[in-house]
Amino acid sequence: MDFLVFQYPMITVQACLDGILLGVLFALIAYGMALQWGVMNIINIAQGDLVILGGYIAYFMYLYGIHPAWGVIVAPIIMYFVGIAIYKLVINKVVDRDLFISILATFGISILFMQLMNFAFGADVVLANSGYGTTMLFDNNVVLPNSKIFSAFISILFAVCLVIYMKKSKLGRAIRATAQNARAAKILGVDTEKVYAATFGINAALCGVAGALISITFTIHPYMGLPYTIRSFMIVIVAGLGNLPGVAMSGMGLGVFEEFADYILGTEFRIGSVFLLLVLILVYRRFKLSRKREYLK
Amino acid sequence: MKLNKIILSFVSALVILFSTSVASFAKVVGDKIILGAAISLTGKYSSNGVHTQNGYNMAVDRINSMGGVKVGGKTYKFDIIYYDDESNPKRAAQLAERLISQDGVEFMLGPYSSGLTKAIAPVTEKYGVPMVEANGASRSLFTKGYKYLFAVLAPANLYLDVAIETAVELNGGKGVRIAQAFEQDAFSQDVRLGILDAAERTGSKIIIDDKLPKELNDMAATLVKVKQMKPDVLVVSGHTKGALTAIRQIAEMKVDVPMLAMTHCDAAKLSKQHGKNSQYALCASQWHKSLTYKDDFFKDGMTYAADFEKEFGYDPPYQSAESSAALLVFKDAFERANSFDQKKVRDALAATNMQTFYGNIKFAPGGQNVDKPMVLFQVMCDAAGKCENKVVAPLKWASAKLIHPVPKWSER
Repeated sequence: MDFLVFQYPMITVQACLDGILLGVLFALIAYGMALQWGVMNIINIAQGDLVILGGYIAYFMYLYGIHPAWGVIVAPIIMYFVGIAIYKLVINKVVDRDLFISILATFGISILFMQLMNFAFGADVVLANSGYGTTMLFDNNVVLPNSKIFSAFISILFAVCLVIYMKKSKLGRAIRATAQNARAAKILGVDTEKVYAATFGINAALCGVAGALISITFTIHPYMGLPYTIRSFMIVIVAGLGNLPGVAMSGMGLGVFEEFADYILGTEFRIGSVFLLLVLILVYRRFKLSRKREYLK
Repeated sequence: MKLNKIILSFVSALVILFSTSVASFAKVVGDKIILGAAISLTGKYSSNGVHTQNGYNMAVDRINSMGGVKVGGKTYKFDIIYYDDESNPKRAAQLAERLISQDGVEFMLGPYSSGLTKAIAPVTEKYGVPMVEANGASRSLFTKGYKYLFAVLAPANLYLDVAIETAVELNGGKGVRIAQAFEQDAFSQDVRLGILDAAERTGSKIIIDDKLPKELNDMAATLVKVKQMKPDVLVVSGHTKGALTAIRQIAEMKVDVPMLAMTHCDAAKLSKQHGKNSQYALCASQWHKSLTYKDDFFKDGMTYAADFEKEFGYDPPYQSAESSAALLVFKDAFERANSFDQKKVRDALAATNMQTFYGNIKFAPGGQNVDKPMVLFQVMCDAAGKCENKVVAPLKWASAKLIHPVPKWSER
C-alpha cells in the first residue's frame, strides 16, 4: 500500500504533475519574498497573510457575481497599495535595523492582519468556484483540475513579466542596483526610499495574485497564512537569494518531492519530510562552503 | 513606617473591592441563577462560538419567559456571564478560573470545541463546579473520570459509525473496503477510532488510512489513491476545511466512490458553497430539525428552527440546538435537586433522563450522553440546483431514501 507509486505507474505521472502545478504557485509567493529579502534584507513573516488577503479580494468579487479569475488583475492592484501603506507605516522604520527587528515587526503585522481579517470577513473557511472543469489524460488515469493549470499558467506569466520588468525598466534597474549595494546606489542618485516602497508594493502585489489563485484552487481562512510564509521561506532558503531560476526550480522540486513523500512515506510525513529535506540541504551547503574555505586557505 | 501604611491601605482597599465584587456576582443573586461561560467570540472558532452563544441565549430567554426555574418554592431566572476565550485553550482555562474564583460562578456552561472543553474541564473539576457542555465531543473527555462534566452530545467516535453500518447493510451484511482521511486533531482522530471499531465489528477492511495536516487545504494525493484502489466507502473528517476541500477536489478530479461520508457539512455550508457538487455526500450530525423529539419549551425541531431563524436570521446549525439543550438540562437538574448545593445539583445532573427537542438525554458515568444516536443526512439537489440536507439514517427518522451507490461523475 505504501508503495502505490510502483504498483500504479500512472500515479508517478500524476504526482509529478500535481507537484509541479503546486510548486509553481508556491514559487510565485517565494519569488516576492526573495525579492524583498534581497533588496531590503527583510524576512516578511506576514507574507502568507498578504496572500490570504489577496484571496479574500477574489472571493468577494466572486460573491458579487464577478468571475474570481478577474481577481488576478484586481487583487495585485489593491495589494500593491496595501504594500506601500505597510511600508510607509511600519517597514521604513525597521528597514535599516537588524534582521531580528524586522522579523518582530512583520510578525506583529501578521497577527494584526489575521485578527483584522477575522473581524472583517469572519472565521468561516471560504472558496471561490471557477467552474473550470477538469482535464483528463492517459485514458482518464491522470486528472488535472483546470483551475490548477490556470493557476500555474498565471503564476508563470506574472513571474516572466516581472523578470522582464526588472531587466528592462528604470525602476527594475534601480531595484537591482539597490539590492547590490544600497549605499552606492544612493550616491549615484537612486532614491532608495522609493525603491524600497516599490519593492514592498511589488511583493504584496505578487501575494495578491497568488492569493486570488489560491481562492480558486484551494480554500482560504484568516488563520491560514503561516504555512504559505513557511513554504516560501523554505523555497528561498533552498534556492538562495537573487537566484530567480533557482526559486522556480526549488518551488517545483519541493512540490514534487512532497507529493512523492505522501505516496511513499504516508500523508502524515508529507510536511515533515519537506523539513527534513531542508535540514539536509542546509547541512550540505555548509559542508560545501567549508570545503571552499579550506581551498581558499 | 509610612510605606507600611500605604501597603496596608492598598491591601485593605483590594480586599474591600474584591469582596464587593464577589457579592455582586455570587451564583444566585435575588431571583437570578448566574451561569458562566467562556466562548470563542473571536479567533478561529468564532463562527461556531457565536452559534453556541445564540443557542444559549435563545434557551435563556425561552426558559425565563415561560416561568423560569422553580427551586424551593421560589422562581429564579437564568443569566449568563460571557467571556471571550479568543479560541485559545490557555485563555479559556484562565477565564474559567476567573469565572469561578473571582466572579463566584458556581455552575458553568461549556465553550465551543473539544480542545477548549479539555482545557476548562480540569478547572471546573478542581473547584467542583458542575459544567454542562454542548460542544466537546472528543472521547478523551469522558475517559478521565471527571465527575462534574456532562455533555449533551454523542461522543466523537460515534459520528460516522452509522455510515459504516449502513454500507455493510447495503452490501448484504458483508464487510466493505474503507478509505479514510482524517485531520490530526483530537476530534477527528476520535472519529477515526470510531471507524476502526466499526470496521473490526463488521469485518470491514481499511485500505487507505491517511492523516491530514492541520493546515489542510489539499488532499489530491489521498484522492488519487482512492481513484486507483476503488474503495466502497470514503470517510473524511477535518472540520469545515476538510469538508470543503474534499468536495472541491472530488468534483474536480471526478473521483467515483459509492459512498462518501464526512463531518461538519452544515458548519461548512456545503450545499451553499459547492451547490450540486456536494450532492450525495453523507454527513454526520448531532441533530437535524426534522427529528421528532419534543419538549415543553421549544416544542420540536421544526418549531425551534423557525423561532431561531426569526430571532437570528439563519437556519440553526446543530451547534446552536445542542447549546440550547444544555440549558434545558440545567433547569431540569436544579428543579430535581431543589437546591443550589453544587453536590446535589451534580447528582441530579448525573441522574438526568429526559427528552428535549434536541434528543433524549441520559448521561453515562463518564459524562457523555448515551441516549441520543447520531443522524446521517444526505445532500440532495433538485433539477434547479437547489440543495437540501435530508435525513437518511437511522431509518426511524429518515425523511428520504438513501441514494446508493452515488452515481458516477460521467453519468451526472
